[in-house]
Amino acid sequence: MAVRIDVRKVVADSRAQMRLAQWKTLSLSKSPSAAWVVDSYVIDAKLPAGGSDDIASALMNPSVEKAEVNSRWNPDSFAFAIEIGFLPGVTDNVGHTAKETIEDLLKIKFKEGEAVYTTAVYFVAGDIALADAVKIADALFNPLIQRAKIKSKDAYKKDGGFGALAPKVKLPPAEKSLEVNLEVSDDELVAIGKQGIKGRDGKRRGPLALDLVYMKAIRDYFSKQKRNPTDVELEMLAQTWSEHCKHTIFASPLDEVKEGIFKKYIKGATEKIRKEKIRNKKEDICVSVFKDNSGAIAFDKDYLITHKVETHNSPSALDPFGGAITGIVGVNRDALGFGMGARPIANTYGFCLADPNDARTFYRDRERKQSMLSARRIMDGVIEGIRAGGNQSGIPTPHGFLSFDSRYRGKPLVFSGTVGLIPRKVKGRKLYEKKAKPGDYIVMLGGRVGQDGIHGATFSSEAIDAGSPATAVQIGDPITQKKFSDAIVREARDAGLYSSMTDCGAGGLSSSVGEMAKESDGCEVELDEVPLKYPGLQAWQIWISESQERMTLAVPPKKWKEFSKLMEKRAVEASIIGKFTKSGKCVVKYAGKIVVDIKLDFLHDGTPVRPLKSQKPNYQKGEEIPESNDLARDMLELLSHPSIASREFIAQQYDHEVQASSIIKPLQGRGRVDGDAAVIRPVLNSDKGVVIADALYPTYSDVDTYAMAAASIDSAVRAAIAAGGSLDHLALLDNFCWCDSFNPERLFELKKAAQACYETAVAYGTPFISGKDSMFNDFKGYDDNGPINVSIPPTLLGTAIGVMQDASKAISIDLKQSGDLIYILGETNNELGASEYAEMCSERENKKYGGDVPRVSLERNKKMYTAFSKAADKRFIASAISLGRGGFAAALAKTAMAGMLGLRLNLNLIPGDAKNPTEKLFSESQGRILVSVAHSKQKAFETALKGIAMVRLGEVTSDQKITLSLASNKSVSLDLRKALETYRSPFKDF
Amino acid sequence: MTALKAKSSKLKARPKVLVFAGYGLNCEEETKFAFDYVGAEADIVHINDLIENPKLFAKYQIAAVPGGFAYGDDLGSGRAYGLKLKNHLGKELEKFLERDTLMIGICNGFQVLTASGILPGALLENSSNRYLDRWVDLKVTGKSPWLKGIKKLSIPIAHGEGRYFMQPKELAKLKKEGRIALKYEKGEMAKLLNLPGNPNGAIADIAGITGYNGRVLGLMPHPERGMFFTQRPDWTNIREKLLRAGKPIPTEAVGIEIFRNAVKYFV
Repeated sequence: MAVRIDVRKVVADSRAQMRLAQWKTLSLSKSPSAAWVVDSYVIDAKLPAGGSDDIASALMNPSVEKAEVNSRWNPDSFAFAIEIGFLPGVTDNVGHTAKETIEDLLKIKFKEGEAVYTTAVYFVAGDIALADAVKIADALFNPLIQRAKIKSKDAYKKDGGFGALAPKVKLPPAEKSLEVNLEVSDDELVAIGKQGIKGRDGKRRGPLALDLVYMKAIRDYFSKQKRNPTDVELEMLAQTWSEHCKHTIFASPLDEVKEGIFKKYIKGATEKIRKEKIRNKKEDICVSVFKDNSGAIAFDKDYLITHKVETHNSPSALDPFGGAITGIVGVNRDALGFGMGARPIANTYGFCLADPNDARTFYRDRERKQSMLSARRIMDGVIEGIRAGGNQSGIPTPHGFLSFDSRYRGKPLVFSGTVGLIPRKVKGRKLYEKKAKPGDYIVMLGGRVGQDGIHGATFSSEAIDAGSPATAVQIGDPITQKKFSDAIVREARDAGLYSSMTDCGAGGLSSSVGEMAKESDGCEVELDEVPLKYPGLQAWQIWISESQERMTLAVPPKKWKEFSKLMEKRAVEASIIGKFTKSGKCVVKYAGKIVVDIKLDFLHDGTPVRPLKSQKPNYQKGEEIPESNDLARDMLELLSHPSIASREFIAQQYDHEVQASSIIKPLQGRGRVDGDAAVIRPVLNSDKGVVIADALYPTYSDVDTYAMAAASIDSAVRAAIAAGGSLDHLALLDNFCWCDSFNPERLFELKKAAQACYETAVAYGTPFISGKDSMFNDFKGYDDNGPINVSIPPTLLGTAIGVMQDASKAISIDLKQSGDLIYILGETNNELGASEYAEMCSERENKKYGGDVPRVSLERNKKMYTAFSKAADKRFIASAISLGRGGFAAALAKTAMAGMLGLRLNLNLIPGDAKNPTEKLFSESQGRILVSVAHSKQKAFETALKGIAMVRLGEVTSDQKITLSLASNKSVSLDLRKALETYRSPFKDF
Repeated sequence: MTALKAKSSKLKARPKVLVFAGYGLNCEEETKFAFDYVGAEADIVHINDLIENPKLFAKYQIAAVPGGFAYGDDLGSGRAYGLKLKNHLGKELEKFLERDTLMIGICNGFQVLTASGILPGALLENSSNRYLDRWVDLKVTGKSPWLKGIKKLSIPIAHGEGRYFMQPKELAKLKKEGRIALKYEKGEMAKLLNLPGNPNGAIADIAGITGYNGRVLGLMPHPERGMFFTQRPDWTNIREKLLRAGKPIPTEAVGIEIFRNAVKYFV
């Protein structure tokens, strides 16, 4: 019988208070009057005599807590007790730590299958009904990963509490691998591809996401081999050929672009830029691009900087916390898995969400039994996931964004990025290159393999519907990863104990080993050697499971002893699971049988070429955007728009100062206003800084995806420049999140966006170094009225990363001193289309408005950015803010609120073809920066920016007011405190 | 900016610093940098290496448990690491502290020191029940070699469980013994940024306490995150003022003095 230890606070418990406050928002029949939280540990292991008492005293601090063994404690007065625990097989990090601590404390070793499981028990007091308790429980748990039990006081007393249930995973013994007959009808091939292989029980195993063309290619290959494929082979091919891993849409011929849009527009831009830089005898900053887990550019003569931005959308829709933490911890491994291992030095986040007040309920099934989580739950969950992953890993999160649109209600976009730092060389060995050699051991490092994450890669290549497998949900374990991360970056890497390494992520071992096998030209794996979380996994599951926190390494046999000893000392599990060969084949064995025997060239290059055709959509023309009849009101309302409003509550809960590298923080100035870029100084004895910025304009896609993409890239570049970066040492990343991507109209939009990426990058000389695409962000389900289909607007996140020669020249957005002069750089045109202002009007009037979206003036901007960087280098600039979402109005309010200083500006002077104050204030014309300059620097500044469209608009004032003079002696003014209050209002209780 | 190079010290005997590592501690690098920068010689040592070879302690005059997230705060902040420290290295630590040595626990390190019984009290969830990263102002209220010559300082906190707590009787004793070393106050930075003085609801505004006659200091705020001028949230503002006054721009900030004091204690 398992032992249950309950730990509770004997002093005021802020956790219980927080819950109580949260329950008050649930529209219960009566508000609960009190709450208690008890942490329970169910120890399912044989313990020595007295062991459980020793454990209980170790698990608490006696001055504030009480821990009891099998006590079944309860408060004197309560209505219901609710226990929340995990479902079998879900990662229980606390339980895992408890196990380690108990083993260490009692000097015992848990046997295979013994474990600690944690639950939380909430006692709720007050005159509440069972229906209220159910609502409370619903708010506390997610049925995809957790279980909830509710007991009334009477039942709790009668049953003697909740018992000591150990949610062990029980699987039938693993079966032999199946042979799959592909000599079947096309319909059956389609069914296998869409719904999965039929198991012995006749049930399909879940989507392979292989369409008929792919299924036929596989059939033809195996019929040439004169045999049927095994289930393991088919599952592996599904992973390797998935949209997620193969990026087939970017790689396929599209219309006249025979080489595919990735080669022509993304990689093509980088190649062109690098050639030109070399021709012009300028520094080519690219060192390793598009070939590793992250892209790398030069930092200085000793170090490289890497960057990668990932998305983790589908899992986050189902389990927002698990999806987001897995996303951030996963992208950390893209830094770690770069070359021989880069140290993660910064995380970034970005959430595209529906308004948290969006009350629509969506269901995955026709019967409306499986409801999607509420918009608010998704928002809270993804924010918490990035916090847990980033903070626990000791990686600062200096920058991120929130972007809202009702079309993200079906699938949220969850971006997570990681910047890494890696020495160029150690003892003459280049660390940014790697090669597994024949004979090297294949080593799996880190976590164990379970059923979690099976079909993740193929799942994210499909729309979410009722058939989406629940096992796609994983929960990250940052500490397991931190342990091997330290061991690799601090010790094993520089000691040269391995010859290659990669992240074990989407597609699991099948992808990571399959990829590395290209380096040596072959591999032979023994699946029996893979350590499992619990017995009973089938061969194909072991091979493709995406259980988290794993790396795959190639360790030369003569280094194995030293390597494994080191890992043992760092409490990291390392197992030899096979060896790299030069057979030209991927061979996998299980239980004495060969279950995979595929030629590498078929595995990696056998994907059929499938030309795609696009078609120009008919865009709806909306009504003309109305002129504002109350500028002050509209400016205030703009500040409270969720995409523009203060994200302070996120910045404060994300550690952005760890590693002591912080230069420009997420909140700037006295007013604590969110910036558009961050600067860090990652090498503590170097002056150099790294600037990170990003931008997106998804609403522009309703008008023109070329403009959308150009604005995203331009804004990311400009935000980096405004913070102190320069075009000479700036690189880009592209993250395409599309929808319904085989639709020719979406493909047309995709091609346009990719063209914009090419032209913008080439004009600025800023190469793409890495990217990611997520092509099926569609939700097909039901609402209360019937079937619905919600697709995201085509979204491109542009990211810029650059190196600054001197981080102490970084520029913040806050105004510095009254009397300073204000300049606007760039032109303001009548480009209100799909702007934040247009959205605001649309919401207010419930109409769709049209209008032109901003066009990017590349040559003009390039000159401006170059001149700006020179002025910044000479320290002529006191503050600078890039104009983006919300246009001039948002930027001037932010720079003033950040500095808590007023502004007196003449709006009439704004250059460009914007006519009326509405256009001048709210147009989102690209290529603009608002700058403040000390009087003493006026001349020098104006000289440095000679030839740039630039106008002095007025000056900084000491009053707490923004005053804008309009034509014919009119003016509009805004009180700063009021503005700040409004800016902070949408998320003030988050 | 003049680069902050770890200076090759002119000190004859550079004090040696043991910086604990492993299981999710994560501020080792910057903590080592801080000590090296002021003339000490710091080593990052994994706790398992100490357990394997406890004699290593003899080499060091200063021990630092840096910030981090040991064991993910899973059993409560600092507890699992604190238990490991106590169970395996309790005696060695006692011996280490019997010598004329110094020890510091920063943030998670402070939590570890309380969980292992080296310092009294508990660090509970912040009153907001949420992780918080912000700058705070501290008033020095106790005597410690670590705090010599410092009256006030502004440095950041970043924690989810930093609310210091102690039962009233013990607290009165702690106060009487002069062991309350640092208190939050609404000072320069909190006023500038318009934030409350006490960030987490800590009893008696306690941010740090001492033990072993002031030789052991535990504190929630991070001095190593306030050691460079450019780490301050207001540095670009101060820079403008200095530039206009024709004055040089500093490289250091006050947090570094805590590390400097430790070195001074030995030379």
